[in-house]
Parts: sequence; structure tokens; C-alpha cells
Amino acid sequence: MKKLVAATLACLALAGPAAASSDRTLDVVAPFEVKGPDPALSGAVFQRMGIAETLVDADIDGQLRPGLAQAWSVSADGLVWKFPMRSGVHFHDGSPLTAEAAARSLRIARDKPGLLDKAPIAAIEAVAGAVVVQLSEPLAVLPAFLSEYRSQILAPAAYDDDGRVRALIGTGPYRVTSLTPPMSLEVARFDDYWGVPARIGSATYRAVGRAESRALLAESGNADLVYNLDPASRARLAGSATVELLSAPLPRSLLVKLNAAHPFLSDGRARRALSLAIDREGLSRAVLRYEAAANQLLPPSVPLWHDPEAAAPGYDPEAAKALLQALGWQPGQDCILRRDGERFSLSLTTYPDRPELPLVATVLEQLWRQIGVEVKIHSTNSSAIPEGHQNGSLELALFARNFALVPDPVGTLLQDYAPSGDWGAMGWRHDRFESLIRGLARGEGGAQQRFESMAILQRELPVIPVAWYRQTAAVSRRLNGARLDPFERDFGLDALSWRD
Amino acid sequence: MAATGYRLLQALLLALFIGVTTFAMMRSLPGDMAWRIAAHRYGYDLVDADAVRLVQEELALGGPLLPALVQWLTDMVRLDFGTSLVSGESVIGEITHQLGASLQLAAVALALSLLLGPPLGILAGLKPGGWLDRGLLVLASGLRAMPQFLLGLLLILLVSVRLGWLPAAGHGSAGHFVLPALTLALGLAALSARIARDAMAAVAASPFYGFARQKGLSDAQVLWRHGLRNVSVPLVTCLGLQFVTLVEGVVVVESVFGWPGIGHGLVHAIFGRDVPMVQGTALVMGLTFVLLNALNDALQRRLDPRGTGR
Repeated sequence: MKKLVAATLACLALAGPAAASSDRTLDVVAPFEVKGPDPALSGAVFQRMGIAETLVDADIDGQLRPGLAQAWSVSADGLVWKFPMRSGVHFHDGSPLTAEAAARSLRIARDKPGLLDKAPIAAIEAVAGAVVVQLSEPLAVLPAFLSEYRSQILAPAAYDDDGRVRALIGTGPYRVTSLTPPMSLEVARFDDYWGVPARIGSATYRAVGRAESRALLAESGNADLVYNLDPASRARLAGSATVELLSAPLPRSLLVKLNAAHPFLSDGRARRALSLAIDREGLSRAVLRYEAAANQLLPPSVPLWHDPEAAAPGYDPEAAKALLQALGWQPGQDCILRRDGERFSLSLTTYPDRPELPLVATVLEQLWRQIGVEVKIHSTNSSAIPEGHQNGSLELALFARNFALVPDPVGTLLQDYAPSGDWGAMGWRHDRFESLIRGLARGEGGAQQRFESMAILQRELPVIPVAWYRQTAAVSRRLNGARLDPFERDFGLDALSWRD
Repeated sequence: MAATGYRLLQALLLALFIGVTTFAMMRSLPGDMAWRIAAHRYGYDLVDADAVRLVQEELALGGPLLPALVQWLTDMVRLDFGTSLVSGESVIGEITHQLGASLQLAAVALALSLLLGPPLGILAGLKPGGWLDRGLLVLASGLRAMPQFLLGLLLILLVSVRLGWLPAAGHGSAGHFVLPALTLALGLAALSARIARDAMAAVAASPFYGFARQKGLSDAQVLWRHGLRNVSVPLVTCLGLQFVTLVEGVVVVESVFGWPGIGHGLVHAIFGRDVPMVQGTALVMGLTFVLLNALNDALQRRLDPRGTGR
């Protein structure tokens, strides 16, 4: 018994210093799990950790720049795109980057769900040291599609004969030394990197699902870069001596999707009434805890699409009531509106993967009750929203939509609103909007067309923009050079260095 | 021999039962399977009808029930657990990795709870009503009543954030074990301390214990020769019951401390409708229970051989 106690005490004593000593490995913590080596599953993490790269890259303003391709050009008819390969690039297994390897990676990516399988691509081939993409119709945003993480270029040895990804062999400044799904990933500097080599020699990535645990990891100094902090932890860490907080607006919006084919919602005035009943400023201050009231679909961090002159969204429950009354709705005995014997009662579908969503849903339930609209909240799996869209059963949905899967939101807008999409408009069609967006996707038109299309969405409200998101991260004060990428492509590891 | 045969039969029936019930439960969950799998694979930003169509094509979902069940059972006989519908990796590989991590944590927690609980309980039981006994009652009730989620966060705040002694979360080094194992161990120790205390008090009040003292043995000798073995019988029974508590606790503690274990894996597999993963995990966990209970029974019989001579 005594021996056992002594042995345990010795173990505890040993464990302490081992954990406290620093071998100067950078520790990154975020909520995203590593599901496996396939970029289609977890490519976002590989891109942010600087492991795998794409033909086209983007800077933190969302401007495209050459990546593994040294430039790009398009034929006069807009159907043939050429991406000549950068020379002297090696994969982490030592093999050289060739146009053949890049074309194969893209063909495999195209067979999986993503932007490439939706693009009008006829063929992807390697011709004389360049990747050549043949289109069946013009697509101006193709370079942006190729900058997305699912278009990552991996070494030929990364795939098996069936095109399944068996190992993660990329070209980035860091190479994988250990990949342990679903929680962790270790990387070391790749000395043969074609660009500026990283300054920090090794790093780990850990997926930690609980926001409280992530914040405590930052506060205790067990992690150097911690992403996706929740509002309560943000307030707590604001005065910390060990970390500083970085914050950047994200091209991600909190939206209410409405089934415009539903008899209660088919009239634009009904949708406007629901929008007028939302106290966006109060809601974002109380739940998100920052100023984030949205007066249009896209936030100021997407300057090409955000109209700074747009009017404030307006909070006016009386006007909302008047609009509904004009549509024939009269309050019943339970204060819920009625028309032709039907109660104004709808179901609102949302999901708890983002913890703020069910909270926002309950606030909306209260706000809409004030104008006599009853909402039943249905918090379930995120796939219930696209599923309900497809089978037509969806009435209202609350979700967060990322408009920068590619740096240019036109791809997402095309998919969601021209005329409808799983995560966009439902039962809504607007010919002018559709022709504007299709034109912009082909590369026709400019600021005027972009602003006009956004104004149509704000006037017609196929979805109601509620708030815009911000990313907040905690950075150890031992680090220099940390920055937040608003397009969430990059943890910025290659620019980091230790302070002493 | 007969006992081993009985256990083997029990294990076999259990495996069959688990296979059929998990299969039926996963199939009867509301919502379309392909949609849930696609949502789990690609995340909420990317799940849409196209992704679902590709998932359906790849996995050939939506076939009739019975052939799928029969297929699973024959695979089981060949010890083939299949591949995960979400990650595409082999189920047995994922289970070994995740269950391994959970078992390590559970073993450390159990060992720690045995070091903390029974010794204190025995000391308290030797002097029922003493300050240690009363203090322990309050502490044990408090620890038992506190949710592990809260206890874990309090320990992180105190030990990692305030004192900076141990890592707050994660896994990999010995230091990472201490806080999650302690969170689990404190709850377990609270119960085993109470059981040990009651057993010790009963034994200490028994005539044979008094006689042993009368014949001149010292306190330590009486405890060592006549006390511990008698106290250990209810303790070992309690240990068997604690395996269940441990499994429950592991799910919560793993999520608080970011531990890559089976609790976390199983919850995610259920959300993602990863049927082979759920079936495989439930099966392995069920068989582990049978094994642990068999070992517990054997230990019980060694400690208290009365009634086994028949």
C-alpha cells in the first residue's frame, strides 16, 4: 500500500514539470475536428495550418494572387483557362509538383461534393506544364473556385488507385508529422518550401469542441493561438495578462430563411413585417455581445458587395402590425393573428452546432410574438434545413451562412439565390436579380450591378439578414506577428515568431 | 469451467442483442440517413442536396432492412467491423484508438479513486461519529452531488489557470491525465469511501473483531488480518457497479478536457448516423462490460470462497 502511494505521488510529481516545460512548439486550438486526410473532409484545417496549398491563393483582403500556379489566363471566348505551374515546387515526400499531379488532384476533387462539381467544367488536363480547364460556359470566378480548400493539390503518392486520399502530402510551409483523427495534428517546418520558410519549427493543432475549455486553455497558457471564443469567455479574457484578443469581421451572416411559397409568406409585405419586428441591435448586443446589426446580406468586410449607403434595417413593431393587418390578419383571443380561421403559426428550424443559434431563435420567438406571430422552434441537425428546402416542408429557418467559401461571394450567391438554394431563397424568383448575378459570374458588370443585386435582396427579403459575425481569437503574448484572416483561410503560422 | 462457459454464452447473446437493437434504433431515428451523414462529413456550411446525392450513390443507402442486418451479422462472425460512413476509415481502427484512450483514462481514474476513497473510508469507519467520519460524509455528499462538468471546470480554473501546475485540456503527456482522471476519481471515491466506511464500521462492531483484539493483537494487526478482507467484499461489488458510472462520466469529462475518447466518438457517430461505428462501439463496450464483470466475479469468489464448494 505504501509503495503504491509513493509511486503515485512520484508520478504526479513527474507529470507537473513535464507539462510546464516549453519545447517551443506552437499550440493551436480550434473547434474544427480533423476527420481524415481527405481535403474534402478537413481541408480547411490543412489550409489554415499551412500544409496543403491551392493553384490560386488569396490575401487577407480577399484579393486573388498566384499560388501553386504562377499566373492564369483565359481564352477570348472565356471557355479555356490556363494555369502554368510554378517551377521548383516540391511535395513533402520530395516529389516535384507537376501539371499532371495538379490536374489529377483537381479531377479527384471534382468527383466529390463541392464547388468544382457544380461548375460547368468539361475537362481538366495537363498541357505543356500548365493545368488547362475547359468549360462548357464562361465562369469568371473559376480562379476563386480553385483557391478553395477542397481544390488542394496533393502529391500523387497521397492517393490510392481509386482516388481515395490515404496520406496528407502537400506543398505548404509545414509538413504533417502525425495525424490522429479526430482531435489532433502535428506539423514541422518543411525545409524545401518554395516560398519564405516559416520561422517556428513545429506546431500542433488540437480540436477542442467546448468553448469554455478553449478559453481556459488560452488563459492557462497551454495554448498559444485559440480560435472561436464565445462571448462570455471574450469578456473574461479581455483583461488577461497572458493573452491578447484579436477580432476581425467575418463574411458570415446570421440569416432567417423564409419559404416564400408558403401562403403566409408569399406576399413581400409579410416578410417585411417579420423583418421590421426584429430588434437587431438589442439582439446582437444581448446574444452576440458586439454591434452587429445587419442592414444587408454582406458585411462591410466584403467591400466589393457591401453598400455603405444602405439604410438602417429599422425596428418598428407597430409598422409591422400595420403591414400584417393590411394583408387581412386580425389578432385572435390569444393575441396570435388569424386570417380565414388560420392562426399565424410557423415552425422555425435551427441547429445547435453554433451555440448562439438556439438563443437567437428564442429571442426571435419573443419579438415575433409581440406582433402576433407564433413561432415553434425546432432545434435539430443542420441538415434538416436543406432537407426541408428540398421536400418543401420548411417554413422558417435560422442559420449562419459563410459567403467566403471562395474569396468572391458571387459563387455562393449564384448557388443560393439564382433562383433558390438549399441555404438561400426558397420559393422565390426574381428575373432581374438572376440576370445580374449570372452576368457577374460570367465576368460582366461591376459595382453598380453588385449593389443593385444586393438592394433587390434587401427589398424582396427572400432571407432576412439579422446580424454579421466576428471572429475572435486569443493569442499568447509570447508570440509576435499574429493576425486574423477575415476569410478564414489561414492561421498565419508562417508569419509568427516567438517574442524572445 | 461452467462459469466460463456461461460467460461466453452470455457474451454471445449480448453481442447479438446489441447488434440487433443498435441497428433497429439507428434505423428508426427521425430524419434521412444520407442527409445526416453528409452534414457530419462536410459540415453545416457545405451540406446540400448535391452532397447528399453523392453520399447516397457512394454508400448505396436506403436498401431493404433485413439483408443489411444479415450482412452485418455475417461480417461480425468474420470479425469485420466495416468502415465508418463518415470518415471512410476502418471502424476497428477508430475504436481501438478511441476506446484505448478512454480505457487509459478510466483505469487511471479508477486507480486514483481506490487510493483516495477506501483508505479514508476505512479510517472513518474505525471511529464512527468521529470528526473524520462526519467531515467525510459532508465532502462525499458534496462531491457526489456536483456534476462532473462543473467539477472539471473548477479543477481547471484552480489547478491550471490559478496555479499553473497542469495543462488545462488535451492529451499526450502524463500531465494531461491528472485533471480528467481526478474529476472522475473524486466522484467514484466519494461512493467507495462511504461503502468502505459502512463496511468497516460493521466489521469493527462485530464479535469476531472484538475477539481478535481481546486475544492481544494490535489495532494494525486486527485490521490487516481480520478487517481488510471483510471490507473488500462489498467494495469489489461496488467497483463492478462503478464501471457504469465511469462510462457515463467519461462522456462528459472527455468533452470538457478535449480527450479523444470513445464517449466523444460515440456521441458524434450517433449524430452523424455512422451506423457501423455505433454498432461496433456498442458491441466492443458491451463485451468489455461482460469481461470486467466476469473478472469482478472471479475476484469476488477469491475474496469470499463461502458457498462455492457445492
